[in-house]
Amino acid sequence: MACRTTNAMPLIAAILLAVVLCILSIFTGVADINIAALFNDPQALWLLAVSRLPRTLAVVLTGGSLAICGLIMQMLARNKFVEPTTAGTGQGAALGIIVITIMAPQASLTIKMLAAIAAALCSTAIFLALIRKLPTDQPFLVPLVGLVFGGFVGAIATFIAYQLDLLQYQDVWMNGEFSGVMLGRYEMLWFAAALSLAAYFVADQFTIIGLGKDMALNLGLGYRQIMLLGMTIICVVTALSVVTVGMIPFVGLVVPNIASRMMGDNLRASLPWVAGLGAMMVLASDLIARLVRYPYEVPVSVVFGIFGSAFFLWLLFSRPAHAR
Amino acid sequence: MIEIDRIGFAIGKSEILNEVSAQLPRGKMTAIIGPNGAGKSTLLSLIARLISPASGTIRVDGHNVQQTASDTLARILAVLRQENVIASRLRVRELVGFGRFPHTRGQPDAQDGEKIQWALDLMALSPFADRFLDQLSGGQRQRALIAMILCQDTDYILLDEPLNNLDLFHSRKLMQVLQDMAHRLGKTPVLVIHDINYAAKYADNILAMKQGGIFANGPTQAIFEDDLLSALFDTPIRIHQIEGQPFAMHH
Amino acid sequence: MPARRLLVMAAVLLVACGAYLSWGARGDWAFILSFRGTKLAALIVTGTAIAVSTKLFQTISGNRILTPSIMGFDALFVLLETTLLFALGGFGYTMLDPAIRFAVTLVLMTLAAILLFGTLMHGTRRDLHRMILVGIIFGVLFRSLSSLLARMIDPNEYAVLQANLFASFNQIELDLLGISTVLIVVALFAAWRLRDTLDAMELGREIAINLGIDYDRHVLVVLGIIAVLVSVATALVGPVVFFGLLITSLAYQIIPGFRHRDHLIANGLLAGIVLVAGQTLMERVFHLHTPLSVIIEMLGGLAFLILILRGHTR
Repeated sequence: MACRTTNAMPLIAAILLAVVLCILSIFTGVADINIAALFNDPQALWLLAVSRLPRTLAVVLTGGSLAICGLIMQMLARNKFVEPTTAGTGQGAALGIIVITIMAPQASLTIKMLAAIAAALCSTAIFLALIRKLPTDQPFLVPLVGLVFGGFVGAIATFIAYQLDLLQYQDVWMNGEFSGVMLGRYEMLWFAAALSLAAYFVADQFTIIGLGKDMALNLGLGYRQIMLLGMTIICVVTALSVVTVGMIPFVGLVVPNIASRMMGDNLRASLPWVAGLGAMMVLASDLIARLVRYPYEVPVSVVFGIFGSAFFLWLLFSRPAHAR
Repeated sequence: MIEIDRIGFAIGKSEILNEVSAQLPRGKMTAIIGPNGAGKSTLLSLIARLISPASGTIRVDGHNVQQTASDTLARILAVLRQENVIASRLRVRELVGFGRFPHTRGQPDAQDGEKIQWALDLMALSPFADRFLDQLSGGQRQRALIAMILCQDTDYILLDEPLNNLDLFHSRKLMQVLQDMAHRLGKTPVLVIHDINYAAKYADNILAMKQGGIFANGPTQAIFEDDLLSALFDTPIRIHQIEGQPFAMHH
Repeated sequence: MPARRLLVMAAVLLVACGAYLSWGARGDWAFILSFRGTKLAALIVTGTAIAVSTKLFQTISGNRILTPSIMGFDALFVLLETTLLFALGGFGYTMLDPAIRFAVTLVLMTLAAILLFGTLMHGTRRDLHRMILVGIIFGVLFRSLSSLLARMIDPNEYAVLQANLFASFNQIELDLLGISTVLIVVALFAAWRLRDTLDAMELGREIAINLGIDYDRHVLVVLGIIAVLVSVATALVGPVVFFGLLITSLAYQIIPGFRHRDHLIANGLLAGIVLVAGQTLMERVFHLHTPLSVIIEMLGGLAFLILILRGHTR
């Protein structure tokens, strides 16, 4: 519904930046690869195909889809300060995997994934039910409840993990990093990305949900269906990313808020930017994570945790005490 | 026509509406008046299927609002409630544009663009059309919401206290627009309204409510009568005819 | 009435201590008593420090939800320790006398706490939710920074480093127990002397000033006490986010009235009861692997959730 003239300059600049970041990401690593080698060194080509390229793709897919999930969650919760990893969705997914690992250690990856998704859905539903009764004029109450609720779900997961000596696994799921990504180990992220791109087709519906339940009903929207659809997208994407690369906090918070400040919350217009910005920011963080203690790696979740929390603090201080 | 048939509604144990029945004529502007807690807003929300009644049925243009598909109803009636906290950062034009959603499902054509511009002009919003909602004053935001409702272009327009936050000029303007829509376009605006003199001046029909029931329902001239209004508000009210219009004096 | 309840609580604590010392004990009593006795003392000392610092923090911030650890105090301590290690290098760090190291961290911690939370504190009465959120996010920031620094120091041995740096209720840092106890007792004594002033301060800045209290100076003093208590407790048992909240909430339920003379004691006693009884149950009765702190965090988190939801739901 945007009837605005789009200026091509920022778009071109953004695409250029994205390309540069991707190239940097592909050619950063312990083993040197240069462009010349690609043509005459089969080993270099193999490394590129099996490790570097999948890694860069995984980063782009995760960053983009997590950012979209954050935006959808903010529409469903009608609050700009929430996102899946700080409101129990990510923790729910981790809890789901731990429980299924105990109950059925032999279960296939698909079954584990489904368990993670189911648990994430439960956790998200509880969170959304909790905040429904909160007054709308207190915007900071919602993220607060989310953080504590997420912490609680995470604590249950930690408790079980401790009892059964699964703490290392829990650690892997809770701290996202891309160093383990290889060909054949990240492909589920394509599904996550496809699902979050599907959100574009219901972008208007999500924007309307963000206007509130009465408004959604007035415009004849199937409120429950759209809520459910949004929750499903959030939970599937979050669960897939937790299982494949681990939790990366704040992506879903930082990116949509930047986009919102730049161009508002009309999802039809802002979704592509949110996805692109998410991909770029996670790419940049991943590069930092790889280079800051070269040749060792720091988890990208740590790097993004620092930027994300600093950005969140800035958001909290830059808003008036009672946001409208 | 809006037909309200023995509607009951309760929150917990407290009864809000008790066996309410009334008919609101089509093509006329109806004002719902009455003291606080009479159940006016609840009745409006029930007509607009925002909440479900405990008993009874409501029909709008023959459609049972409880059983008709929500998206069909969205092309027949539009509703604006009193409190609208919008956290999203939307431009005025974008918000108003969402009024077209029930008709377009997100695929607006040129005609929709005209409708949007028409609603913006009607509410004198064109100068702010490309501003974000959070950059507007309370009154401008209220006008943007009303413009969105008008842009929905439905036969029935339900507004709960639409004059909130509006200054004298825009209050008058809105009431004139709505009256015009009723008289020229045959639309049916239904307003919950506090200032009874606005109701007296612009409404064709008055639904007076008190303590969860209908106190009176009829043409404005018949309702604007000293004893009836005094009893409705438990306050001495005298009606003066000024320039052929009833005017209520209450202080 | 509070006096009787306090006596009952003291009795319960004694029973819990008895159970902790004797349950399932076999063999040389002198050894058992000295071994378990040291741990018992450590539990009680740190528990009291955390609970009392929480109560003090709630008094000066004027609410019953905030705690130093929710506001990121102990994450700040961990960050300072890690930064010190980073700046000195592993060798320099171990060469430094633990007492001196501790003193340096403590001074830094007090300064940082006063600087950071002194400014935040002003906002809490006006906009509580934002301030809690700010505190939590500061905590996340501090933890992320510590984690990054720890990995910068030694990416391979990062886990070992973290384990060594950060104690828990199961692995109390007993070398520091002597000096810690002294510090905590001094800080508790200082808080106890302020007990009647604190009653007035809880009413808010304006009222306290009206009652003739030098409010701003006292806030600084109390923040200093809190910084000492939190630093020492974190050094001994590592960060625990919701323990303090759990204890103060219990104390508000049990002890009627607002008097700090009752609440300070009650918080100390309750902290001892929960830790000692909890540890006895976990270690000796249920033989659970999970550290007590994990369970306390779970229960405390739930309590916090209930506290913020209650009174705000329509």
